[in-house]
Amino acid sequence: MAENTLVVNEKVQLEYDGDNKVFLGFWIYIMTDCVLFASLFAVYAVLHGNTFGGPSASEIFNLPYVMIETLLLLTSSFTCGLAMISLQNRQAAKVRLFFIITFILGLSFLVMEIKEFHHLTTIGDSWTRSGFLSSYFTLVGTHGLHISVGLIWMAVMIFRIKKTKLTHANIRRMKMLALFWHFLDVIWIFIFSLVYLFGVLNK
Amino acid sequence: MSQSINKSPVISKHEDERLSLKPYVYGYIISLVLTATAYLSVRHHAASTTVLVGLVVILALTQFIVQVFYFLHLGKETKPRWKLYIFFLMVSIVLIIVFGSIWIINNLNSRMTIPQQIQYLNSQDGL
Amino acid sequence: MIYFSSILLGKLSLSAIPSDPITAGGALSMVLIAIFAFVAITYFKKWKWLWRNWLTSLDPKKIGVMYITVAVVMLLRGFADVLLLRTQQATSVGASHGILDANHFQQIFTAHGTIMIFFVAMGIMFGLINLILPVQLGARDVAFPFLNSISFWLFTAGMLLINFSLVVGQFSAAGWLAYPPLSELHFSPGVGVDYWIWSLQIAGVGSLLSGINFIATILKERAPGMTLMKMPMFAWSVLGSMSLVIFAFPILTVTLTLLALDRTFGMHFFTASGGGNMMMYVNLIWAWGHPEVYILILPAFGIFSEVVATFSRKSLFGYTSMVVAIWAIVILSFTVWLHHFFTMGAGSDVNAFFGIMTMIIAIPTGVKIFNWLFTMYQGRIRLNTPMMWFLGFVVLFTIGGMAGVLMAVPPVDFQLHNSLFLVAHFHMMIVGGVLFGYFAGLSYWLPKVLGFKLKENLGRYAFWCWFLGFTLAFTPLYILGLMGATRRLNHYDASTGWQPLFITAGIGALIIGAGLCFQILQLIISIKDRKQNLDKTGDPWNGRTLEWSILSPMPFYNFAVIPTVADRDPFWISKHPKASSQALEIVKPTQAIKYSDITLPKNSGAGLIIAGFAFLFGFAMIWHIVWLGVVGLLGVIVTIIIRSTNDDTEYTIPASEVEIIDNKFRSQTKARA
Repeated sequence: MAENTLVVNEKVQLEYDGDNKVFLGFWIYIMTDCVLFASLFAVYAVLHGNTFGGPSASEIFNLPYVMIETLLLLTSSFTCGLAMISLQNRQAAKVRLFFIITFILGLSFLVMEIKEFHHLTTIGDSWTRSGFLSSYFTLVGTHGLHISVGLIWMAVMIFRIKKTKLTHANIRRMKMLALFWHFLDVIWIFIFSLVYLFGVLNK
Repeated sequence: MSQSINKSPVISKHEDERLSLKPYVYGYIISLVLTATAYLSVRHHAASTTVLVGLVVILALTQFIVQVFYFLHLGKETKPRWKLYIFFLMVSIVLIIVFGSIWIINNLNSRMTIPQQIQYLNSQDGL
Repeated sequence: MIYFSSILLGKLSLSAIPSDPITAGGALSMVLIAIFAFVAITYFKKWKWLWRNWLTSLDPKKIGVMYITVAVVMLLRGFADVLLLRTQQATSVGASHGILDANHFQQIFTAHGTIMIFFVAMGIMFGLINLILPVQLGARDVAFPFLNSISFWLFTAGMLLINFSLVVGQFSAAGWLAYPPLSELHFSPGVGVDYWIWSLQIAGVGSLLSGINFIATILKERAPGMTLMKMPMFAWSVLGSMSLVIFAFPILTVTLTLLALDRTFGMHFFTASGGGNMMMYVNLIWAWGHPEVYILILPAFGIFSEVVATFSRKSLFGYTSMVVAIWAIVILSFTVWLHHFFTMGAGSDVNAFFGIMTMIIAIPTGVKIFNWLFTMYQGRIRLNTPMMWFLGFVVLFTIGGMAGVLMAVPPVDFQLHNSLFLVAHFHMMIVGGVLFGYFAGLSYWLPKVLGFKLKENLGRYAFWCWFLGFTLAFTPLYILGLMGATRRLNHYDASTGWQPLFITAGIGALIIGAGLCFQILQLIISIKDRKQNLDKTGDPWNGRTLEWSILSPMPFYNFAVIPTVADRDPFWISKHPKASSQALEIVKPTQAIKYSDITLPKNSGAGLIIAGFAFLFGFAMIWHIVWLGVVGLLGVIVTIIIRSTNDDTEYTIPASEVEIIDNKFRSQTKARA
C-alpha cells in the first residue's frame, strides 16, 4: 500500500483526467503555432534579400538594443517558471508577485519592440518599403502580437487570483499561460538568431 | 483499494510533473550563456562569417533543446508520451516545409529571372 | 494603400449592391429564401426552440446535423454554379458568347471551387465526424464541447461572408486559390478577393480548432479497453486527417494573412514590384493545399472501411496495413506539394523529386483499395446504397487516380497542366472519392441519426444518376484536355470541334442534377413515411461497431452505461460472443444494468456570439470600416474572458434519473415495434 497511500477520490481523479485532456489540447495548439511561425520564417528566408533599393538587415538592426530585449524576455520566462513553482506550493501571493514581475518584463520587451518599429516607420523604412521589410515586420510583429495576447491573459489572471484565489480552473489556466509564455521565448531564440544575428552577419 | 477522503482535493499526488527550482535555474543560466556567446561572437566578428553562421545555428538549436527540456518539461510525461510524439511530428513537418520551400524558391529564383530566361532562349535559338 | 471614403462605412456604399441581372437575381433569391426562413420560424414560434435545442447546443450530434445542413445548402449553391458554367461552355462557341460575360464567368468558377471545398466537403466531413466519432469510441462527447461549438459557428460565419458577397459587393474572380499578381490589389481592386480571404480565414480557424479537438478526443476519450489498435478504422482515418489539419491549416492562415497584408496595408510579399515573390504564394498555398485534399479523402476512406466490412458481413481485411497506410499517406502528403506547379519553372532535380514522391503516395492508397476488395472476397455481400457508392468509388477513383499518377511524371504534366484533363482528374478524386464516400456515410449513418431508414430505391436512383451523370460529364473532359483545351475557358473557336464534347458534359451535369433531386426527394419521402420505416433496434444494417449498439435516434447521452471493450468490432462480438478473444461487457438489455451519474456540458450561446463578432471583424476588414473591426476584435476577446468566468458549465444527471430516462427510451422503441 506504500505507493498509493494517498488515494484520490473519484472527483479529483476526474478533474485530473480532465486537466490532462486540456493540457494535451493546449500543447497541440502550441504545435500548430510552431508551424505558423515556421511558415513566417520560410517567407522571411525567401524574402530577406529583397530590399528593393531600401535598407538591408545589417543597416537597420541595432544588436545591443535587441540583446536587451532578449534578456528581458528570457528573464521573464524564468520568472514565469518561478510563478509555476509557487503555484505548485499553492502560495497565491507569490504567484501573483512573480506574474507581475513577468508582466513588467514582458511589457518592457513589447514597448522596446514597438519603439523600434516606430523608429523605422518614421525614417521611411516601414513595411511598405520592400519585401524584406514586409516579412521582417510581419514575422517579428506576429511574435509581438502573441506577446500582447499573453500579457492580456496574464493581466486577467493576476486580477483574478486576487479575487478568487487559486481555484482549480485558475490553476489550470495559469499552467497553460506559462506554457504559452515559455513557447514565445523559444520562438524568440530563433528570431534573435536567424533574423537579427544572421542579418548583421550578412553585410 | 480503500477509498480515503482526500483532505486537500486540489493537490493530487498523481500530478504528472513535480516541478523544482533547479531545472529553471539551469535552463535560465545556460540560456544566458548561450545567448551571450552568440551575441558577443557576432558583435565582435570573432571568426569568419561561415564559422559564425554555423556557431549561431548550433547555439540556437542548443538553447532550443535546453528550453524545451527545462522550461517546457518535454520528455518528462508519463506514458503514453503523446506530447513528445506530436512534437517530433511537428519538427519533421517544419523541417520539410521550411527547407523544402527554401530549396524550391531558390531553384525557381535562379531559373526564373529575366536575364536567365533570355539567356536560355538564346541558347535554344528562340522558341 | 488604405483608402477611407468615410469613417462610418469605410468603402461601403449603395453601389455595392449588384445591378446586373444574373447577380442581382442570385442575390435576390438568396435574400428571399433567408427572409422566408425567418418569417416561417417566427410564424411557427420556433425561435426559443431553435435557440435552446440547436443553436446553443454543445451536443456533437446536434452540431453534426447543423454542419451537414449548412453543407447541403452550399452544395445546392455550388451546383447552381456548375449548371451556369456548363451552359456557358456548351454554348459559347464562335459567334456566340454564351450566357455569361468573362468577369461573371470567373467569379462563378471561383465561387464554385471555394464553396465546394471549404463549405461542402469540409462541412459534411466535420458533420459526420461530430455525429459518429464519439459514439464509435464509446464516448459521450468530444474532448472540448465548447470549442466544438466555436468551430461550427466560425464555419458558419465564413459561409455567411461568402454568401454576403453575392448581395453586398462582389466575389473574387481570381480562382479558388487566388494566385497573385491577379489577386493583388492592382489587378483585383474590388472587394472580391477580400471576401474570399476573410471567409476562408475565419472558417479555417474553425477547422484548426476542430483538428485539435478531435485528436484529443481520440487520444483521451476512448471507452475502457479500446486500445488504439482496437479502434474502428473510421476513427483511425479521422486521427490521420486531423493530424494533417493541425499542421497544414496554419500555413493557410499565414498565406491568407500575407495576401491580406499586401492588399490592405501595402506590403510586398507577393506583389510584382517592391521585392515581392509571387512564386512563394503558389508554393505556400499548395503546401497547405495538398494536405487539404488528403484531409478530405482520409475520412472517406474510413467510411468505406466501415461500409465494406458491414455489407460484406466480414471484418476488415488487413487492419494493421490499413493503419500503416493511413500514416504513410499523412507523412507523404507533406512531401508532394510541388506537383501542383511543375510548370512554374523549377529545375529537373526539384521536379523529379516531387514527381517520384507523388508516385509513391499512390501506393498506400492502392493498399487500401486491395484491402477493401479482399474484405469483399468470400464475404456475404449486400448491395445496399452505401455499398453502391463504394463500388462507384472504386471505378471512378481508380481511373482518376491513374490519371493522377500519369501527371506525376513532369514531362507529361507539362502537356496536361491546367488542361481539362487535370480538371477531370481532380473532380474524379473529389467527387468520385470524397463525395461518394461522404454519401456512403450519410446513407449508412442517417438512420442512426434520424431514427428511421431512408427509401432504398430512391437512394439507388440517386446513385445511378450521380455515377452515370458524372461519367458522362467528365469523360469528355479527359478527351478535351488531351486535345489541348485549357481550364476556365469562357469561349472557344468552332473550328476546334470541341462543342459536342462540352454539350455531352453539360448533359452529364443535368443527370447529376437529377441525382441531387432524387436525394432531396429521398429525404422528403423518407420523412413523410418514417413511421413505416422506423429503426426499431438501432441496428438496421447488422453492424459491427459501437454506434449500432444504442437506439436510433441516439439518446442525448449516447450510452447509458459506458461500455467496456475487448476486441475490434465490439458490437459484432457482442452479437457473436464465440468470436471474441475475451469476455465482453456490453450489457444486453435483459440483464440488470448498473447506472451511474452522467455529467454533460450545458448549452452555451458564447460560441455563436464569438463567431458573430468574428463575422463583423471580417466584414470590417473587407470594407475598411475601422470602428467595426475594433468592435469585432474586442467582442471576441471580451466574450472569451466572460465565458472563462463561468464556472457553471456542466450539469449532472443522477444515476436514478439515468435509469428512468433509459427505460423510457427502451419502452418507446418497443412500443414502436
